[in-house]
Amino acid sequence: MEWTTLFNIALGAILINNFIFSQFLGICPFMGVSKKMDTAAGMGFAVIFVMGLASALCYPVNLLLNALGLKYMQTVAFILVIAALVQLVEMFLKKTIPTLYQALGVYLPLITTNCAVLGVVLLNVQEGYNFIESVVYGITGGAGFLLAIVLFASIRERLEFADPPKAFKGFPIALVAAGLMALCFMGFQGLKIF
Amino acid sequence: MNIGKQLKDGLLTQNPVLVQLLGMCSTLAITTTVSNGIGMGLSVTIILTLSNIFISLLRRIIPEQVRIACYIVVIAGFVTMVDLLLQAFFPDIAESLGVFIPLIVVNCIILARAESFASKSKPLPAAIDGICQGLGYTMILLVMSAIRELLGAGTLNGVRVFPAEYAANILILPVGGFLTLGCLIALMQWIQRKVKGGK
Repeated sequence: MEWTTLFNIALGAILINNFIFSQFLGICPFMGVSKKMDTAAGMGFAVIFVMGLASALCYPVNLLLNALGLKYMQTVAFILVIAALVQLVEMFLKKTIPTLYQALGVYLPLITTNCAVLGVVLLNVQEGYNFIESVVYGITGGAGFLLAIVLFASIRERLEFADPPKAFKGFPIALVAAGLMALCFMGFQGLKIF
Repeated sequence: MNIGKQLKDGLLTQNPVLVQLLGMCSTLAITTTVSNGIGMGLSVTIILTLSNIFISLLRRIIPEQVRIACYIVVIAGFVTMVDLLLQAFFPDIAESLGVFIPLIVVNCIILARAESFASKSKPLPAAIDGICQGLGYTMILLVMSAIRELLGAGTLNGVRVFPAEYAANILILPVGGFLTLGCLIALMQWIQRKVKGGK
């Protein structure tokens, strides 16, 4: 296993091709739950967890589909795996770590429809990553999401007290702020080392 | 039944993107060229209409507890169908939309309409609702992609309008997506306030 490849994947997923700012995956939860810092962080950690697990689980599922010649069932199979996974994680956390379960609250079921999760699984297949690469890509992609949502939540907490033109109040000014953050993240494009 | 009201809701007062703020990911990601915008908008409209009809037909059979999972399976089936059809007949569009075609499964517009409208109404109104909401979504994609392609690349649906040197490249980049959508939603809020103030 080449460590540099893994490092490259991780760096790409967190900074250069950040899921939010350059691939536009997971915008809905990014906009929806970034009003407060602590809920944003909770959502971010839940996403890391589910994205890592989903990447690991969908790898054998994809092999199985290919072996059976059912490649066209990819989307259906993956979304079912993700939905079942989220449900399982929810039940497991409820039994074993109730404090974490309460902290994540309603965000857990919402992750099923987070396109970053389905996106990372589909991208794994598209890029032809092997098992370890897939898991690394899943976890670091989630980490990139966490970074983006925490940074954005801290900006939004300040935005509450800002005084934009009336038409821009609320959602539009948040989108403009996100656009400026995307501009900052473009600076990482030059970071390709290997 | 009230087709006019549903159409007005879908296009303006309850527009899925500008007012309900759903389906952000695809709206921001694929509106770099007009042909992408039209392709994506029509695909979503077709899937939304079909899934609305199906879910409305199945509304008495689907058990309450597992309804979200059932909706997702229905939607995923139609998405796969459209994906394969696009690959077969419009390979260029399928190529440039890439991973965002299968991602229609998790497009919140479709799930939101299934949950809030199709699961409570008869097949015909559900179908009309699907078409109207889909058209509202397509309209926004069209407006956004026209703005971004014209100002960002100097072309409109591939036809050159002014030389590329004068184009503001930034609008084609991710930044441009956020800024354009922010301005459009601000415009919508401004109009809504004016209309309310006029009454």
